[in-house]
Amino acid sequence: MTLLEVRGSPPPRQWRKQPFIVNPWVRWGLYLGALVYLVLAIGSLEFNWARIIAGMDRGAAFIAGFLKPDFTSRWQDIYEGFLESLTMTVVATVIGVLLSIPVALGAARNLAPLPVYLVCRGIIAVSRAFQEIIIAIVFVAMFGFGPLAGVATLAFSSIGFLAKLLAEDIEDIDRQQVEAIQATGASWLQILNYAIQPQVAARFIGLSLYRLDINFRESAVIGIVGAGGIGATLNTAIARYEYDSAAAVLLCIIAVVLLVEYSSGFLRRRLL
Amino acid sequence: MPVTVTGGQRCWQRRDRAAQLRIWLVWLVGTALFMAAWSFISAQTIWMFVWDSPAQAYDLASRMVNPRWDYFERILWPLWDTINIATLGTLLGVIIAIPIAFLAAHNTTPSRALIRPLALLIIVSSRSINSLIWALLLVLIMGPGILAGIIAIALRSIGFIGKLLYEAIEEVSNEPVEAIEATGASRMQVLSYGIWPQVLPTVAGISVYRWDINIREATVLGLVGAGGIGIQLQASINNLAWNQVTVIFLAILATVFVSEWISARVRHALI
Amino acid sequence: MLTIEQLTKRYSTGDLALDSVDLQVTKGQVIALIGPSGAGKSTLIRCVNRLVEPTHGRIWLNNEQITGLRSRSLRRMRCRIGMIFQEYALVERLTVMENVLSGRLGYIGFWRSFFRRFPETDIERAFDLLERVGIEDMVDKRADALSGGQRQRVGIARALIQNPEILLIDEPTASLDPKTSRQIMQLIVDLCRESGLAAIINIHDVQLAMMFVERVIGLRQGRVVYDGSPAQLNAARLTEIYGEADWTGTAREEQDEQRDLPTSAEVIVPLIELPETGVGRQRVVGS
Ligand SMILES: Nc1ncnc2c1ncn2[C@@H]1O[C@H](COP(=O)(O)OP(=O)(O)OP(=O)(O)O)[C@@H](O)[C@H]1O
Ligand SMILES: [Mg+2]
Repeated sequence: MTLLEVRGSPPPRQWRKQPFIVNPWVRWGLYLGALVYLVLAIGSLEFNWARIIAGMDRGAAFIAGFLKPDFTSRWQDIYEGFLESLTMTVVATVIGVLLSIPVALGAARNLAPLPVYLVCRGIIAVSRAFQEIIIAIVFVAMFGFGPLAGVATLAFSSIGFLAKLLAEDIEDIDRQQVEAIQATGASWLQILNYAIQPQVAARFIGLSLYRLDINFRESAVIGIVGAGGIGATLNTAIARYEYDSAAAVLLCIIAVVLLVEYSSGFLRRRLL
Repeated sequence: MPVTVTGGQRCWQRRDRAAQLRIWLVWLVGTALFMAAWSFISAQTIWMFVWDSPAQAYDLASRMVNPRWDYFERILWPLWDTINIATLGTLLGVIIAIPIAFLAAHNTTPSRALIRPLALLIIVSSRSINSLIWALLLVLIMGPGILAGIIAIALRSIGFIGKLLYEAIEEVSNEPVEAIEATGASRMQVLSYGIWPQVLPTVAGISVYRWDINIREATVLGLVGAGGIGIQLQASINNLAWNQVTVIFLAILATVFVSEWISARVRHALI
Repeated sequence: MLTIEQLTKRYSTGDLALDSVDLQVTKGQVIALIGPSGAGKSTLIRCVNRLVEPTHGRIWLNNEQITGLRSRSLRRMRCRIGMIFQEYALVERLTVMENVLSGRLGYIGFWRSFFRRFPETDIERAFDLLERVGIEDMVDKRADALSGGQRQRVGIARALIQNPEILLIDEPTASLDPKTSRQIMQLIVDLCRESGLAAIINIHDVQLAMMFVERVIGLRQGRVVYDGSPAQLNAARLTEIYGEADWTGTAREEQDEQRDLPTSAEVIVPLIELPETGVGRQRVVGS
């Protein structure tokens, strides 16, 4: 009692939310680093205001095109472009799925010996590192313009995507089930079929359908570098300043993407 | 029932007849579809070029194996631009996507009849259109340059982040939210105390994941004039300077590996 | 019939799991392998079908050497050795029938197994076994829809359809309630007796082991420290295997005459009154 009187009332206790990064040096260092980066990055931007203002008309014209899309005058091109995109998507997905399976088996550390593992992981890494457009450029240089280059591109990208996820699934399987089948004297292929496939197949089908989705979306752009599909139509329309046709193509893409996404989702739910 | 008894002999098949027939039918239709699609593509292909492709590939490879290392200096600046496009674009995308996601999630939207469909429409259109197409349009409107690239990346990211985020918001556990509501908190307080803490790690995780994807996307935006290393790539290809292309490819590869590593580390730390 | 000679296993981590184990199993003999956790029981039976590669030593099955066999002949050897796992190790997403038939994989070619075209005799035998283990109604259920006891029965059927010469059984009852444990043990012992099968059963529950087997092997730190009939397994010997503990109610009293192995009626009837919580275990053998 006396103590309190002597020292006066204690200061009100403080409370603040504990920050995510506890060490203040690291925290403020990161904040400072981020700030410096932002200043540098934004500083290196160049704004050409005159050009941007001049472009506003075009922007307005484009929005007007969206409000009044023109499906008819380029209908033939749009139709053919979509047909090409869809066929490319189907073929590339099938090929990609088929090829991704052996690559995934090779890239699963619990199945493959080290050299095979490294090769397959290398394939996956390269396939995932490069954007589809870059791969398309290389394939166009090899196969010439046309949808075959597009098919090769999409198939190659699908391999990286699917094989990586499938390999991770295989690495996560329950070892006991494999051992049980092994103990019956089954051969390697039989172990694959009886112990591993049942554990990973359902998710792989789901992933393949998801990839079908992605492949259609990508098929809409690789046409820009000459690898077939609706992208070429779109590119031409934009280059000719036919905004209403371009808007029509874009609206069609959105519609088909929705359709593909919805039906692949439906299939996924039905199959699993 | 896959088990049938015929004359005292029990028979087992994995599937009953109807299921088996359905499966055969699916295979048949699938194969027919594939063959039709393939023949369509084959008809559009000039096979002569394709048969020639091994020679082309060999030619390409032989031009590429001799990288022009001194070209590397010239792509440092574009590389910096590429990273900026991805980072600033992701940042912009996140900032726009967060409110849209809250407007789209059915447990936080102010109006399910009006605003939610609108927000979903924005998300869907943004998702359906590749960043390269956005860049194509933006370059047309605002001229070539990094700014068009940043906005293109942002526009594509909105849909991606928005979709994953609004799904996460719809899955937040309801008890803390109700507990906060029970204290008499306002709507915004419920958002910031009940829901935001639950989705914050998701926001961070999705953003970093998208940033990693955006680095890859940003490498090609230059092909349509939207800044970054794609401009050098385009120029080198047009000049058939494949030994420069090699250097660019290696630079892209290295950047992508680093960004993937960072993204994986950050996402790991968040869990 | 099964001969193990100087079997030693050192894992790559440096653990010496088995240290010069010698063992002989004669035809039709059912053996319980007991020992504390980490004694090397699982390692021992896994060495027999080479799921684990022995570091040293030799194993014969009917004068054919198992150690040293290469891929194809090893697989043929594995056909002759049935294995039953603690966590059942069924392939969860396959049906009961597919799981049972997977025991025949070593006998048929890949494409037949791929299209599930098993010989009629195999299917007939699978049905018989499913009836024998009491789950004939579950043929088309998926394995992940079964209870623990039902799963273990599928596991037993899968091992038996191999027509093995010996069964390796790793803790068949560890995940089961006491009543089901006894039923499963009874089933295993009966099945072995019916077809003159030898079996090595890893088991933690010493009383349960003593009820059913004719020979017990005690393993401690990779060495055999006991090998004899369950009758002689007294408190001192259990201490030697497991270390110091209160063994009253577990070990047989010295003067207790060796009983005949219980018949199924004897075992199952007292079980009915057993509480299923697992606390009543101690009472069974002594009573
Ligand atoms: N795959 C492995 N790698 C390294 N060491 C292992 C491995 N499996 C087992 N061991 C070691 O070998 C020794 C024997 O293990 P084992 O599984 O055979 O024991 P156990 O008698 O079956 O035990 P439990 O009753 O707990 O199943 C232990 O010390 C264990 O740590
Ligand atoms: Mg064990």
